[in-house]
Amino acid sequence: MFINQKHARFALPTDKIFKIIAVVAGAYILVVILLMVFQLYHESQPIWQKEGLSFILGSDWNAVEGRESFGAAPYVLGTLVTAGFAMAMGVPVSIGIAMFISQAPKIVANPISMVIDLLAAIPSIVYGFWGLYVFRDGLLNYIEYPLHDFLGDKIWFFSSAPFGLDIFSASIILAIMIIPTISAVSREIMSAVPHMQKEAAYMLGATKWEMFKLAIFPYAKTGLIGAAILGLGRAVGETMAVTMLIGNATGPSAFPQTLFQPGQTMSSIIANEFIEASPASLHLPALIGVGFVLLLVAVVINVVAHILVSKMLRVKEGIINA
Amino acid sequence: MMSSSQKRAEYRSLFKQNVRGRLVVNKITMGIILSSVIVALVPLGSILIEVFKNGLGALSVQFLTQIPGAIGTGDGGIGPAIQGTVIIIGMASFMGIPIGVMSGVFMSEFGDNRFGRTVRFFNDVFMEFPSIVIGIFAFLTIVLLLGHFSLWAGAFALSLIMFPIVARTTEESLKLVPLTYREAGLALGLRQWVVTFRIVLSAAKNGMLTGILLAVGRISGETAPLIMTVLGSSQFFGGFDSPMDALPLRIWRLSLLPYDSAKMQGWGAAVVLIIIILSINIGIRYYFSTKNSSKSKFLYKIIGGRKL
Repeated sequence: MFINQKHARFALPTDKIFKIIAVVAGAYILVVILLMVFQLYHESQPIWQKEGLSFILGSDWNAVEGRESFGAAPYVLGTLVTAGFAMAMGVPVSIGIAMFISQAPKIVANPISMVIDLLAAIPSIVYGFWGLYVFRDGLLNYIEYPLHDFLGDKIWFFSSAPFGLDIFSASIILAIMIIPTISAVSREIMSAVPHMQKEAAYMLGATKWEMFKLAIFPYAKTGLIGAAILGLGRAVGETMAVTMLIGNATGPSAFPQTLFQPGQTMSSIIANEFIEASPASLHLPALIGVGFVLLLVAVVINVVAHILVSKMLRVKEGIINA
Repeated sequence: MMSSSQKRAEYRSLFKQNVRGRLVVNKITMGIILSSVIVALVPLGSILIEVFKNGLGALSVQFLTQIPGAIGTGDGGIGPAIQGTVIIIGMASFMGIPIGVMSGVFMSEFGDNRFGRTVRFFNDVFMEFPSIVIGIFAFLTIVLLLGHFSLWAGAFALSLIMFPIVARTTEESLKLVPLTYREAGLALGLRQWVVTFRIVLSAAKNGMLTGILLAVGRISGETAPLIMTVLGSSQFFGGFDSPMDALPLRIWRLSLLPYDSAKMQGWGAAVVLIIIILSINIGIRYYFSTKNSSKSKFLYKIIGGRKL
């Protein structure tokens, strides 16, 4: 009795402490994000003051002291163009994979989905190394030269001489890298479509393809768009493989004009020049400014994607609970 | 007046007209779907084959243990890079796992309100942040603060990549622990933190372990944030305050050199990295496919496919 009372009187409010620690750990992520946005904005201040809006719209990139001038437009465009091509190639393939896995018998589908997941586990740097020494040769000989020879005169974006380290090869690598992301999410989304819908379509005599068209796609549209945007987010932020394959042009020549021309993305210019940039000059603030733009683009893309995907999956939870 | 057999023949031909086109379309789309699977498998196969074919030849005891030789000679090895990767993963885990686990505990046990949902949402968004931006952040906060490149900065950057993954998997595996376990603990008069640590966390430890290992697999291949934090070096460990090498960084440096010997060494480093990462991934799969599996499969989907 005595011991218990003493215990109660002097006991620490451990549960309160526990809760406070947990809340602090939860808030950590928000603090990090806020601090990150603030720091990147703050440290890139000099470049915004000097260049103003022309930092985003301009295309000069000169780090020589006295003639410093920085414009990030070619890199922003390079990011958007490579990511866009990667989406155009990667999204249909990924959705095809998700369709296959959702239809195939388990004994085929499980190994394939595991192998596709392995694609996500391979690090970006290995994609880049493979791209540089294996993929580049194959692409150059079997795809880029034929395209250039047959279509170079007629279609402008095949017109420049292929080199293998260009916007086209970087886009294809990106497409390969976003396939596991998009197909994993689309797989989840498609399995969230209620069985009743599929059975109803089959009952009306639909073929498999018509079942997808009638039952799954209309139902899963939002989620599939969200999955694609998640892939876009990954393509935009991807660094190493792109840096190794895009050819790293700087200045006005980095404007994407043709597919077979060296380019530059926001992440690749940071990876290439960050170490050489002297903190005293405007070069470092310029690169941090590029990072800030990249961060904003990535945040917007990912917020939109997560809203779309979670909307879709919340519907799924509702059905399970009902 | 048609006889019934004529009628049947007519219907059959109408049916065939209707169905034949649809079946052809169906066949074509199924072919496209199958070919898209093959399209995705080709690069994976090619990467694995090339990495192992070219890399295994480069491996030797010397290659794995020595410091890099003079540039272009092809002498020396990747000893410091392997050591650096191990140290940096250890430090990042030390910084990232506790806070990730606590954050997961918060989301699962206290997260059923607006603040909790906000944290969960931004946690998911943060998982997709470009790693190079996280590298810049670590550079600005740690490297500029200390005044030099260091292991601390690299480990901090990697811990930021790691902890949202750990937090999310911890949350998901805690949610799978039945509420009755918690109630049983509380009914015995245990405090909530004792219930959480002794009962809930130990019931959920398999799922958490999966998450932690997958996060380790993810960060062991990260290159971009290391460029501006640990910088790279050709010496063995010389203190937490100094630059250090890491496997992905070494592969990148080697890829910038024009020599054939550098290419060989690059493949060698790549095969070491791939073996580490694949053994983590496949090991988890094997381990959990032999144990109770449906929930760990779900967990694997969360981070294995990296998303959701």
